[in-house]
Amino acid sequence: MQLSTKHLLGIKDLTKEDISIILSTATQFKEVLQRPVKKVPSLRDITIVNLFYESSTRTRISFELAEKRLGADTINFTASGSSVSKGESLLDTVNNILSMKVDMVVMRHSASGAPHFLAKHIPAAIINAGDGINEHPTQALLDAFSINEKLGSLEGKKIVLVGDIMHSRVALSNIYLLKKMGAEVMVAGPPTLIPKYISEALNIKVEYDLKKALEWCDVANVLRIQLERQNQVLFSSLREYNIAYGVTKKLLDGLKKEIVIMHPGPINRGVEIDSDVADSKQSIILQQVENGVAVRMAVLYLLSGNKN
Amino acid sequence: MENHLNLNDVVFIGLQPRGVYVSDRIVENIKKMYPNEKVNYGVLDITFYRDDVRNEIRMANKTTIDFSIEGKEVILIDDVLYTGRTIRAALDALIDFGRPKKVELCVLVDRRFNRELPIQPDYSGKSIDAIISQMVKIQKDTETVVLY
Repeated sequence: MQLSTKHLLGIKDLTKEDISIILSTATQFKEVLQRPVKKVPSLRDITIVNLFYESSTRTRISFELAEKRLGADTINFTASGSSVSKGESLLDTVNNILSMKVDMVVMRHSASGAPHFLAKHIPAAIINAGDGINEHPTQALLDAFSINEKLGSLEGKKIVLVGDIMHSRVALSNIYLLKKMGAEVMVAGPPTLIPKYISEALNIKVEYDLKKALEWCDVANVLRIQLERQNQVLFSSLREYNIAYGVTKKLLDGLKKEIVIMHPGPINRGVEIDSDVADSKQSIILQQVENGVAVRMAVLYLLSGNKN
Repeated sequence: MENHLNLNDVVFIGLQPRGVYVSDRIVENIKKMYPNEKVNYGVLDITFYRDDVRNEIRMANKTTIDFSIEGKEVILIDDVLYTGRTIRAALDALIDFGRPKKVELCVLVDRRFNRELPIQPDYSGKSIDAIISQMVKIQKDTETVVLY
């Protein structure tokens, strides 16, 4: 049994069947993580390099944990303080690492398409941990797993992604995945942060009024407002953003039904989401993090069959 | 049942996927024989412990072991004992759950001459001498064992 693809470059390349296989395998790995010995030896003959050109704590730790729980040997590479600062090209860096017999590469890079470039040039299996503003497939998979866990299924469920859609690879991967699995998708935020033709291009709903969006949905996945962008004239100030588009307890309590709150992290408390919402019992933010390890274990396990 | 005096110290574990059909029946019968006692019953999937994992990536089934096996007498239950590799994987998996006092093996069918590891059953339903090219099939509804 194989996935239809050798790499995990994006949700775009996955079939609905692939996604179902990954999610059900993740269920079994979640059970492994409850055992006294939280490891299985399935990948003990595999060496994985975590190639992180962009800084990340959460994703990198999650992948590293997943790899170790499968018994694999892991190498961590961060761009700063390495040969990259000496001007070594991406291909050279990776070929050097591959000469040391590495089987799989988990990669995060600020350039969209970097993992695709690598996949064309090296024989190892590549897993995209986030490329520019393109995709972040494992985040979408763990988000879907979490929704499934909380609500029982994805089909027909109404999910709204709130915030900076324009610059979000998490949003894009989520949209692709949710559409493939038959969910209804809406994006909500200020018009300056939502790409102009996204509604027609991806066949999703667009809503500029947060309250209407939350009334419509079953699940709200709140995206981080990148603080760097407040200087780019995309919204007036963080406080004004919070007033117009922040998810507050008052807003939630005023809705007709209890919705599920998600956030990929890290949270800017008081900006896109208020503390009492993030810490409420409607929030599954910490479960998302827990599920992340199980989902990444599933992805690594399912792609490990193509050893050189 | 003669070997195990205290049901409290015994744990029955069925191996996924097909051993569970056998273990379900066995545990059902034991519960009927001892209606007032608690029977410790779990199911174990060994997909992640297989020694041929690189040859073929397989889907795993559920594992449910809701109790501790520390210090208990474990009875592993499977349908057919063939090369013994499944049981080897099951022993590795089991040790990760704790240190049992003892592990015994109960199988419905023992294909005696095809073993690739030094593993033998403690309890078996039927011994069959089959050559490698023959398949052993257990039909659940008619409860027959067929060699073809």
